[in-house]
Amino acid sequence: MFKKRHVLSMREFSREEIDSVLDLASSLEPFARGKKSDMLAGKILALLFFEPSTRTRMSFETAMKRLGGGVINLGPAEGSSISKGESLADTVRVIGGYADALVIRHPKEGSARLASEFSPVPVLNAGDGAGHHPTQTLLDLYTIKKDSRLDDLSIALVGDLKYGRTVHSLAYALSLYGADITLVSPPTLRMPEPIKSDLSSKGTRVRETCDLNEVVNNVDVLYMTRIQRERFPDPVEYKKVASSYRLTPEFLANARKNLIIMHPLPRVDEIAPAVDATSHARYFQQSFYGVPVRMALLKMLIGGGA
Amino acid sequence: MAEAVSRDGSRDEPRELRVKPIKNGTVIDHIAGGQALNVLKILGISGTTDATVSVVMNVESGKLDKKDIVKVEDRELKEDEVNRIALIAPAATINIIRDYKVVEKRHVDLPGEIVSVVRCQNPNCISNTSEPIKSRMLVKAKNPVLLRCIYCEQPLTDRLAEYLI
Repeated sequence: MFKKRHVLSMREFSREEIDSVLDLASSLEPFARGKKSDMLAGKILALLFFEPSTRTRMSFETAMKRLGGGVINLGPAEGSSISKGESLADTVRVIGGYADALVIRHPKEGSARLASEFSPVPVLNAGDGAGHHPTQTLLDLYTIKKDSRLDDLSIALVGDLKYGRTVHSLAYALSLYGADITLVSPPTLRMPEPIKSDLSSKGTRVRETCDLNEVVNNVDVLYMTRIQRERFPDPVEYKKVASSYRLTPEFLANARKNLIIMHPLPRVDEIAPAVDATSHARYFQQSFYGVPVRMALLKMLIGGGA
Repeated sequence: MAEAVSRDGSRDEPRELRVKPIKNGTVIDHIAGGQALNVLKILGISGTTDATVSVVMNVESGKLDKKDIVKVEDRELKEDEVNRIALIAPAATINIIRDYKVVEKRHVDLPGEIVSVVRCQNPNCISNTSEPIKSRMLVKAKNPVLLRCIYCEQPLTDRLAEYLI
């Protein structure tokens, strides 16, 4: 079912391929929790992070090590060949010779695809500028499947829908499952038109609102994102918007019993710490699910398939 | 063929040649008015070319409101060269001339992918850096033209001429 050489963009995934990744991730969960494995013994994963990352980088490292493999890291760019002006193409050709797969995060959109053209080994995109972050989307889908349901889901994507790459990829992937998507954002941070028309052309029901109150009691999943202060020239306007998208236990009083709240993290003010103790909170669990999902991808790409 | 055009478009009036017929080469007709220079750009024909090139701009046309015509002498343009013209001149027709006769006439048709013709409009795309790659665009729709950068996946629809390489 899964015949990919690289993982670059959710656009390249069929529903069947997504399902095969999620199924394998589910079977690998015991190993993500510490059960011993040598499935990837002798294999090496190279982490090329040209931008800071905590969760993605560490969960890839954890996934590889839990399966018995090793990890090599690109050091700080100042000390490496990058500062000497080496092209990304040359860097991946060289490091591809040391490792069995490359994970890349880079500030330029399309960088992972470029890497895949020059790398002798599989490339996994861990975020290319404002472009794609497919492994985040897959772990989001895994969370939804595990703790809610993927088919005929009613989901609200909340916050910065203009610049947030995770919501773009997630909305696209959910369109494969017939989701009912409500986009909740301030007018200045609405989801770009081309993405919305792309979703509509796939028959996905999409509606837009600025008012979180309107939707909170009628959805299965609330997917929160961070609204960045720097998007607003006026600090007063930022405060007004940020406070209108802040979840508190009181705000959730009439929510569906099985509502789950997700967030790609890090959060700032958009979810009050008191929400953590409610039955709705899933964001820390979601973050953990990055390990089995990335294990599944690594096993499929370099461990002899599913 | 629109080799000769009368001043007022009438067939009964004495015909005056704006540009002489060519003996051998390619005539690109029915280019949307004002796009001839962009067509030359797509064909890689610059001011330093050795070829004899004639350009007629904004002549009246029955098919288009106004049209441009480009004639390139002693060079028969290949199909993949001329198909890229469809980006900005989808109604263009290509006439291959041998000994003053039209030996082949065809319409332009965009290929599935175009390489090194237009650059991505996204300034943060890796294809707009010094990396050793060419600009590659997938043709997602032909009328109106919708391109998608193979690298960053951003669409390109409007103002295509501004992004010609």
